[in-house]
Amino acid sequence: MPAALRCESLEKRYGDTVALGGVDLGVAQGELLGLLGPNGAGKSTLTKIACGLVQATGGVAEVEGSPAGSAEARAAIGYLAELFRFPDWLTADELLALHQELAASARGAEERAELLELVGLADARDTKVAAMSKGMQQRLGIAQALVGTPRLLMLDEPTSALDPVGRRVVRDLLRELRARGIAVVLSSHLLSEVELVCDRVAILVGGGIVAQGTPAELARPRGVEVETEGGRRTFPDASREEVPRIVAELVANGEQVYEVRLLASTLEDAYLEAVGAA
Amino acid sequence: MSSAVIVARYALREAVRRRVILVVLLLTVCFLALYGLGCAVTFNQVDSLAAGDQLDDRVLAGSTLLGLSMFTILFLGTVLAVFLTLGAVRGDAERGLLQPLVVRPVGRTSLLLGRFAGAAAVCALYVALVYAAAVLITGIAGDWWPDSAVGPGVGLVLAVIVIAAISLLGSIFLSSTANGIAVFMLFGAGLAAGLLGQIGEALSVDTLEDVAKVSSWLLPFEALYQAGLHGLTAETSGITGVIVQLGPFGGAEEAGPGLWLWTLAYLALVGTAARAGFARRDL
Repeated sequence: MPAALRCESLEKRYGDTVALGGVDLGVAQGELLGLLGPNGAGKSTLTKIACGLVQATGGVAEVEGSPAGSAEARAAIGYLAELFRFPDWLTADELLALHQELAASARGAEERAELLELVGLADARDTKVAAMSKGMQQRLGIAQALVGTPRLLMLDEPTSALDPVGRRVVRDLLRELRARGIAVVLSSHLLSEVELVCDRVAILVGGGIVAQGTPAELARPRGVEVETEGGRRTFPDASREEVPRIVAELVANGEQVYEVRLLASTLEDAYLEAVGAA
Repeated sequence: MSSAVIVARYALREAVRRRVILVVLLLTVCFLALYGLGCAVTFNQVDSLAAGDQLDDRVLAGSTLLGLSMFTILFLGTVLAVFLTLGAVRGDAERGLLQPLVVRPVGRTSLLLGRFAGAAAVCALYVALVYAAAVLITGIAGDWWPDSAVGPGVGLVLAVIVIAAISLLGSIFLSSTANGIAVFMLFGAGLAAGLLGQIGEALSVDTLEDVAKVSSWLLPFEALYQAGLHGLTAETSGITGVIVQLGPFGGAEEAGPGLWLWTLAYLALVGTAARAGFARRDL
């Protein structure tokens, strides 16, 4: 089975400016990949190349084994842009119906109702886009991207306009999609969101990937913290394997141990480290 | 092709919801009302004049009024065509409207074709209806009917479709504002070239005639308009025929079948250029 997305030595130049300088990236079927990076790192360019909106100047980009931008690739992809707008005279239902026609989806009203339910807009079926808040439009955008049951979903900052409840809805939705075997590339600045839902993370800086792995792989151990009656004590160089020895020594010294925590750097630490090093 | 039909339907629905339609319709109602009043007053004046032996006042008044109305219809049709297409590609891409559509497996050519078909259908219907109304008003008010009513209408419709195609092509490369300005400047340039051609013909200045000829090849809407004017009084003879062929705004010019063929070829060329430009455009 081909990868949902495969990029090999992918390049994009705008004159002398290098937007992507030879990116190698793979996204497996049903995998949820977080794409991180500062502004101008090339995240949107990579996303747009995969969607066929931007043409690469070098390398390979394939969606489900078909060249990015081909009709087959576009039939397999769902996309929500960072900056998007829908015609404000359409209702939520009409917008989804239009995209069903364009995607040649034959599932009709049933699919539309299911998608609106999925993004928490079941009551907004007949609401015009013009009357929707930015958060509602973003959720409608996700529903639109899911029309036609894509195999790969490219989401560029899908939660930027959402409140905490809306973000949780999207997080649950992403987990649901993963359970259905749909691969997702989530481009975001919200590291905590990415850390919560993504299987793997790629950090893009200056048009190149500087780090990638699972959130756990990217996060490094930072010691052990023990809470005793005398307060919290930190053992910065200690590893998980040393916890029983540390606890035993403390108890032997007559201290009461209430809690032991393994300390690890967060994804944010790993991100800042990678961006700083680059 | 079915994808293009879906996009054309969407473009049609979008067009009728835009405020520019309301503005154009309002202007059209005002124009037709004033035109009706102008026709009634003019033909009343003509009736009170003593008819000359060689000059048919009724033909002169009717053809001049209808010719003037054709210019207005061409202008209003141009406004409509430009505003329906000026931001169809780059403008919509900058606003984030285009990307969700392009990602779908419809193909950029179908998308472009659909946008053009939608805009062209709205403009063609509008121009045909307003022209028909103007012919009816002239006929009812003055009991004068053009020698050919269909040909001039077809010419006007094609002229506006040509302008819609040029504007759609411009929308691929220019921002909405720049494209709007560029198309209206081309419109003005076409009309000015036609006027220069008439002056050149009257004064036998070859350079001016050459300028007009080259312009009519590059911007055939002007030649289509002039051919339409000519069709109004194509079979009118005598002194009346000579005078009415001078016509309003630069005069009428007979067109052979080459103009119609060139117009179709021109639309195909503009379409090919638009397709090539859009295919390479990063969104």
